[in-house]
Amino acid sequence: MLKMTHLSKAYRTEVVETYALRDFSIHVREGEFVAVTGPSGSGKTTFLTIAGLLEEFSGGEYQLDGANVRGLNDNQRSKLRNEKIGFIFQAFNLIADLNVQDNIDVPLRYRGFNGAERRRRIQEALGRVGLSARSRHYPAELSGGQQQRVAIARALAGSPRLLLADEPTGNLDTQMARGVLDLLEELHRDGATIVMVTHDPELAVRAQREVHIVDGQVVDLAAQPRLVATANAGT
Amino acid sequence: MFNYYFGLAVRSLKRNIVLTVLMIAAVGVGIGASMTTLTVFRAMDSDPIPQKSRQLFAAQIDNWGPDNKSIAPGDEEHFQPQISYIDAVGLMNAKAAHRQSAMYKTGAALTPANADVLPFQVQIRATYTDFFSMFQTPFLVGGPWSADDDRNHTDVAVITQKLNDKVFGGGNSVGKSINLDNHEFRIVGVLGLWDPTPQFYDLNTDQYGEGAEVYVPFTRAIDGQMPGWGNNNCSGDPGQPGWEGRLRSECVWLQFWAELPTAADVAAYRAFLNNYASEQQRVGRFHWPAHTRIRDVREWLVYQHAVSNEVRILVLVSFSFLLVCLLNAMGLMLAKIMGRAGDIGVRRALGASRRAIFSQCLIEAGVVGLAGGLLGLGLTALGLMGLRSLLSEEASRLTHFSPLDISIAVILAVLATTLAGLYPTWRAAQVQPAWQLKAQ
Repeated sequence: MLKMTHLSKAYRTEVVETYALRDFSIHVREGEFVAVTGPSGSGKTTFLTIAGLLEEFSGGEYQLDGANVRGLNDNQRSKLRNEKIGFIFQAFNLIADLNVQDNIDVPLRYRGFNGAERRRRIQEALGRVGLSARSRHYPAELSGGQQQRVAIARALAGSPRLLLADEPTGNLDTQMARGVLDLLEELHRDGATIVMVTHDPELAVRAQREVHIVDGQVVDLAAQPRLVATANAGT
Repeated sequence: MFNYYFGLAVRSLKRNIVLTVLMIAAVGVGIGASMTTLTVFRAMDSDPIPQKSRQLFAAQIDNWGPDNKSIAPGDEEHFQPQISYIDAVGLMNAKAAHRQSAMYKTGAALTPANADVLPFQVQIRATYTDFFSMFQTPFLVGGPWSADDDRNHTDVAVITQKLNDKVFGGGNSVGKSINLDNHEFRIVGVLGLWDPTPQFYDLNTDQYGEGAEVYVPFTRAIDGQMPGWGNNNCSGDPGQPGWEGRLRSECVWLQFWAELPTAADVAAYRAFLNNYASEQQRVGRFHWPAHTRIRDVREWLVYQHAVSNEVRILVLVSFSFLLVCLLNAMGLMLAKIMGRAGDIGVRRALGASRRAIFSQCLIEAGVVGLAGGLLGLGLTALGLMGLRSLLSEEASRLTHFSPLDISIAVILAVLATTLAGLYPTWRAAQVQPAWQLKAQ
């Protein structure tokens, strides 16, 4: 589903070149639930933005659902992102002046679905996250947990092949976080491929597989237990 | 997607009312100021007879000579805009054009048959029958008098619909008479609405006024010694006193127009005029080489400064003001759009291409322009109303706001605001979603 090979991402200024990812390789298979962990500044979010086609990479290869994304123009990347990827953000990133159903409607509009199809998908996604009764509410009228559920519904509505979650429970209290995580597990059981970036080891253990990043490179957890322990201690 | 983007634009504008009102006000004030001056300018600069303006020519003959000091400063061509009676008769007798007419503005007291209505003054144009076909004046009933009437100095008249309504209650007055300065004139035709603005055929006085209410044969007016109501300019010796003296003088007080349909006609008439002037030199009337000119309607309006330089400068200033207003609106739009960079980043993450963001923001700019245009229309109406209160009744006709002006105002507002919105919109499309999402 997602395959990065020797991928690198460098940020350049006039005097210095900093690598956020270096010789980075990862392979996420269809139906997997993978947690990507690592200390702050390790490159987790950069990995996620590149995986989500929000940012270009400097070198290496990236195949998404079998398609090589190198060299795609903005329109092609946007289309691919819209059709294959669902995003769940730590800060929910709902659009404040759109109500719940209009927020979920956003990616469906760019997909070009007709009105009936959009309404059907919105109802289905809201039903899935248990917020059918809140479709007319605005984000400010919802709790943090409900907002994240709306964000998940928005990510699901387009039936993406891959869900990318960036610290999905980072802004939630324990109880709400548990609810959101239960929902992600349920989606995974239903066949969704999920890549979740987190620095929370308790969250990471609920994934099928954990990939640890340090200094922009994937680290073999089994071979370097001390590094993991250090990373965990830091969170 | 247009409807979707339009809905988003309205929603976005409602989100920050103060900023929205400021943007719309900036556009509206700019449009109001520029459209007020543009409306006046267009009325002054419009082609009063577009279908024939390249075929109708005003003739000028220098009958005062190069040493004359009475020429207006700056007129290096040494021409007077009018001609003398001697030349008018000479040109009319030559019949060198397809159609031609000498003319002048005069007036008389009209005494209605109905004794209950008091006599009143009317403006009269003394002209030839070709005037009506040359200038394509529409007739409600009847028609122009005949060439024989011109030759026979007949007491006939053509009146306007307005006068017909006033004197005859709107009935068919053809065959009836009007009394002008105690002379009966038989009505042969009633003109429909004919309102060339400016009155290009006589720009000497009242060029934006309502024009003549009565038209009579030139020959009859001369016979009747109907006084000139326009400009009468004399150089040096004004000649003998009295009407006959005026007719024999070199004073210029008549207009002369010729219809020349083809380029060959124009060339031939130019040659004819020069030959005419040379002949005048040969017989000792002119002591200088032939100096003549013909100008079509557009050239005539420019030559006669139908649009003053002050008005042109005013239009320039008002459009500069519009530019400043648009720059202000652009700044506000930029602030508004960049304040929504987070939302734009989210939309990009959810599949919006740069083009989609560009379209969305551009439509928002267009909606601001539309609202600004509507406000501008209101302000233009106010501006024109203000002008009407300042200008004379004659000049207030320039402040007429036509449906075309309304369309121009709205289109100008939408286009100008959309153009002003290009930079903020481009900036919006450049928002890096990754950076926005990382920042949140």
